Amino acid sequence: MKDENIYFALVAILAPLSIAAIGGATGIYAPLQHETVELRAWMTPREFIDLFAIARLAPGPGSMLAPLIGWKVAGFGGALLATVALYLPSSVLCYGAARVWNRHRGKPWRRAIEAGLSPVAAGLIFSGILALLRLGQTGPLSWFTVALVAGLLMWRPKLHPLLLIGCGALVFFLLHVAGV
Amino acid sequence: MDQPPPVPLATIYALFFRIGLFSFGGQLTSWIHREVVLVRGWMSNEEFLSGLALSQILPGVNSTNTAIFVGQRLRGAWGAAAAITAMLTGPFFAVILASVLYKWVVGWDGVQSIMEGVAAVALGMLARMGISAGRGAVKGVAPALAMLVTFVGVGVLRWPMLGVVAVVAPISVLVSYYLGRRHEG
Repeated sequence: MKDENIYFALVAILAPLSIAAIGGATGIYAPLQHETVELRAWMTPREFIDLFAIARLAPGPGSMLAPLIGWKVAGFGGALLATVALYLPSSVLCYGAARVWNRHRGKPWRRAIEAGLSPVAAGLIFSGILALLRLGQTGPLSWFTVALVAGLLMWRPKLHPLLLIGCGALVFFLLHVAGV
Repeated sequence: MDQPPPVPLATIYALFFRIGLFSFGGQLTSWIHREVVLVRGWMSNEEFLSGLALSQILPGVNSTNTAIFVGQRLRGAWGAAAAITAMLTGPFFAVILASVLYKWVVGWDGVQSIMEGVAAVALGMLARMGISAGRGAVKGVAPALAMLVTFVGVGVLRWPMLGVVAVVAPISVLVSYYLGRRHEG
């Protein structure tokens, strides 16, 4: 019976967050921490921070923290259930919106919305970059890397990002070893 | 309207699977932008960005919403399902694998600097998408203003995103609708 409760709790925590998280994954970390550490005591604060770090270490969206929490408290089934609970509700909503939106391709009013929304997207992208640079304890090396990578990709659009990611990891690591 | 040939579902699946698996450091929307707009030309920059704006306004994670938007646009319901499941499959197993390996990795202090480097490169990719988006916006006074006000409101002053968008987006859309009509008439 205890397992059932855990599965139910996972869905009860994550499904509302799926719909409540407006503005991306950063909005889900604080409520997730509150629910799993403070309310339910599934893990210590230290363990939560570790899971957060693991989710960042692995590829994919930062919100993959949710399946990790599921994995920790209820194994593979928990991980799977957490993924579905976090992504399904918002995905269904987004699918509905995309369907309506894409059905009207080429109409004048849709072209106007497209033209009107894309600069808003541009403003949001730069806001996101600023927020992330504020968030981390980023030094000048990170700022320089951001500018260098953006420049390289503008110059050579087909340059593979994985190559740059590998180089970035290597350079930062070597500088760390050299004690810079 | 130019109607591009339908993209096979397997191609959508393979692409988004790769995006999910390769996207170290996050920022998946910039990966999607690169593959879908810059490399494959499946949609215009402007169409992608309007979808990205929708993804950001709607509840849910931006990157999965964007995947659904692109998948739906290319192949309807199956396209959307293929894109999102493919994009999450790799990271799902990667994150579990990482948690198993974490015990060994965590003790090693080089890992912090490696993650910093990876995060900086991923942020550079996001900046590159921002430059693309910004170049489109500075073609006119109205879009440039819309971009600037959004950035100052959300990014610099940290006002609530939905509030800022609720004010800026309708004005921006109305202006572009009015300008579009004037061009036609």
